[in-house]
Amino acid sequence: MLAELGIITTAVALLLAWYAVLASVWGAQSGSERWVYSARNAALLTWPLLTAACAAMIISQVNGDFHIEYVWATTERSSDIFFKLTALWGGQAGSLLFWSWVLSTFSAAALLWNWRSERRLMPYVIAFTMGTLGFFLILNVIIENPFTRLWQYPNGQVETALFQPAGAMPAIPRDGRGLNPLLRHPGMVFHPPTLYLGYVGMVIPWAFAMAALASGELSTHWIRATRRWILVAWLFLSLGLILGGRWAYDVLGWGGYWGWDPVENAALLPWLTGTAFLHSVMIQEKRGMLKVWNMALIILTYLLVILGTFSTRSGIVSSVHSFAQSPIGPPMFAFLAISALLSIGLWLYRWQRGELAAEHHLESWLSRESLFILNNLLFVAITVAVFWGSYAPIFTELFIGEKITLGPPYFNSVTAPLFAALYVLMGIAPLSAWGRTSSKRLGRAMLIPLLLTAALVILLVVFGMRNWMAILGYALVGFAGFVTLYEIWRGVKARAQRESWLMAAWKLFGRNRRRYGGYVIHLGVVVIGLGVIGSTVFQQETQRTLAEGEALTLGRYTMVYDRLTRAVAADGRVMTIAEVEVYDGNRLVATLRPRQDFFPNTEGMNTMTIAGSYSTLESDFYVLLVAWEEISQAGATFKVYLNPLVNLVWWGGIILIVGIMVAAWPEPDRLRAAREMSAAGATSLRV
Amino acid sequence: MAQTTTSWEKTGSTTPTVQTGRNGRFLIGGVLILVAIAFLIGYGTLNNAQYFITVDELLTRPELVGKTVRVSGAVIGDTISYEASTLTIRFTIVHIPAQTDNLALTLHQAVNDPAASRLKVVVENEPMPDLLQNEAQAILTGRLGEDGIFYADELLLKCPTRYEEALPEQVQEASAN
Repeated sequence: MLAELGIITTAVALLLAWYAVLASVWGAQSGSERWVYSARNAALLTWPLLTAACAAMIISQVNGDFHIEYVWATTERSSDIFFKLTALWGGQAGSLLFWSWVLSTFSAAALLWNWRSERRLMPYVIAFTMGTLGFFLILNVIIENPFTRLWQYPNGQVETALFQPAGAMPAIPRDGRGLNPLLRHPGMVFHPPTLYLGYVGMVIPWAFAMAALASGELSTHWIRATRRWILVAWLFLSLGLILGGRWAYDVLGWGGYWGWDPVENAALLPWLTGTAFLHSVMIQEKRGMLKVWNMALIILTYLLVILGTFSTRSGIVSSVHSFAQSPIGPPMFAFLAISALLSIGLWLYRWQRGELAAEHHLESWLSRESLFILNNLLFVAITVAVFWGSYAPIFTELFIGEKITLGPPYFNSVTAPLFAALYVLMGIAPLSAWGRTSSKRLGRAMLIPLLLTAALVILLVVFGMRNWMAILGYALVGFAGFVTLYEIWRGVKARAQRESWLMAAWKLFGRNRRRYGGYVIHLGVVVIGLGVIGSTVFQQETQRTLAEGEALTLGRYTMVYDRLTRAVAADGRVMTIAEVEVYDGNRLVATLRPRQDFFPNTEGMNTMTIAGSYSTLESDFYVLLVAWEEISQAGATFKVYLNPLVNLVWWGGIILIVGIMVAAWPEPDRLRAAREMSAAGATSLRV
Repeated sequence: MAQTTTSWEKTGSTTPTVQTGRNGRFLIGGVLILVAIAFLIGYGTLNNAQYFITVDELLTRPELVGKTVRVSGAVIGDTISYEASTLTIRFTIVHIPAQTDNLALTLHQAVNDPAASRLKVVVENEPMPDLLQNEAQAILTGRLGEDGIFYADELLLKCPTRYEEALPEQVQEASAN
């Protein structure tokens, strides 16, 4: 019953999406309001339909309706309710349905919010969002339908089909196979949906940009509508990346959080181009420059989202994340090619007609514009480097016949200098003015942050740091941080003459959300940078086999192996748990329980190593139980990492998210009007 | 903005000749930056390139002995041994072709094919990976030693399609009830 509901609602949503594409384009071309409204209604209607489809799937998963193959593959009776509720995105077909639902949600929200203010763009916004949704629904309905069911012929042969084949009876397995063990982690609840929200959210800015190109309404409207949406998408994408790193750190048991895996890179790529756009769009708003470039960035971001979805799901890259090789590869590739041709074609058409011409030119290297352009060049350079590194095996096999892969050392050595340069820009650019800045003025503004940076370097050396690359890294990151703090402090001080410091800060942030939200984001990135340098350059590791009562020492900590225990959890997993005590000097600071989980009922990927970790702001003492003596229980082997400053990565992530929320929070209309009126005046304030 | 007279730039910025000169300078600066970036990526690629080859290729091309390569093969479950005190993993992989439509089937056939070429692998200093099991695909980065054993620095494992594409086996039993 629920399966039929799911099949019908997704199929109807598919038809509506394509109807909306045709009706909106026809309405816009012929100037017929009725068709545009009809298209809008069809587009809005996809949301309740897909919501019903997702609900049907979730209810089937909670009830354990194993007749549906996807329910069988992703849940089992003993699963936590928690994992039954989130098993919707536990495999290929369901996560595609979820993808479609998220896109439908974003599209409906954009249609409702921006309908009146961006009226001329909306017909094409419908066409481009629904075109994308229509394509994903083709995958959902025809190629990877999550409501496919299991049927059995009298001779015992089991088959999958949407509807009952002649001569077959419904096959209802007694229990499901259950979610892949690596996915049974609280991270499963948040990481995939946030990443999808970020990924799919990037479709909306692209749809507005394409609508501007298609309609010729290339004034500031599309930028205004796009800014909020891209911030929302960027918020979720950032959050998804951070949560993914945390999940990997907790579950994958290699002591790190970022491995330059092709699928991680697939999520990073649109984040990089989106970040570049967030900066360069300010130049278009303030100076009317870079119109061609901004369009290119938005199109690139969208294409990277589709490419990422395609490469993760078609099995063309090897990764811990890969879904099974799947028949959705060729149609996804076709869709990627079509949307690339359409986007780039429209972009070239408007460009060649001179409709994307700049209103100003660069005046000086030392201006906010040129520094932002440099920033963009660096972000795109990192994008190219990461793209090349991720897809090198495919390109080299195509063009030179030999498959060449580039491992993490490639990514580290190429991106580290580029990221370092970005930190330098992050320090200088906020102090520069639009148009041009004199080097003297810039030097004066940098004086205090530079002095603080020098003090930081001296402190590091005095405390015994001799790794010059790390010192350089800390200096660059520290400089960016000091500039940001100094700028915030100056802003607050200027106001604090009239009111209390707290009130001054509150009002300052409230009145200039983008600017101060941006500064908070920068602070988050600075804190992440400190954490990344600390945890990669100064990571220590060791491994030992310990008898009960024996100890090992790493850094300032000593770990004593206490005993080994066994437990069976409700979902059937057998947990082998080592209890260890961690001492800082002579003081007992923690009792850790690193463990290995074994899933006896699962075939393939059936064990999971979960670290025990003693976390302080200074470092993580991270213990993995690697092996143990089955019979004597005499000894167990541990791999132990000391990860300095790794928690700054997570704290920096939280600061970053707070900053995005400050920047994205809607302003009261009166403030926005005032700001737009004085946009020109505000720039001269800085000089 | 008109007050910036102490700029490091030359004065006088309105004549067209200066305008083109300035554009030229931006152009040169931009090209220099692009060249630097291209160099960085190219140098990183040459320094870190690893050839992705099959077991057959590795064993038939003696010039590859001692070179860092990436090789992929199917793991034979019975050969896996782990010495916990030194964190040394030993196992044997079987040749699989570079291209395959059904990885699970290819892995299964390779492991059960006595004629396929085999390669002994040693991985040191690694905890026992969860995914190292029979008919997993191992992707190894390392060097083939003179002794014919492959010394891997990095071990990546996939047990892919079996997980996603299998159909329930207990259905028959279940529906008989």
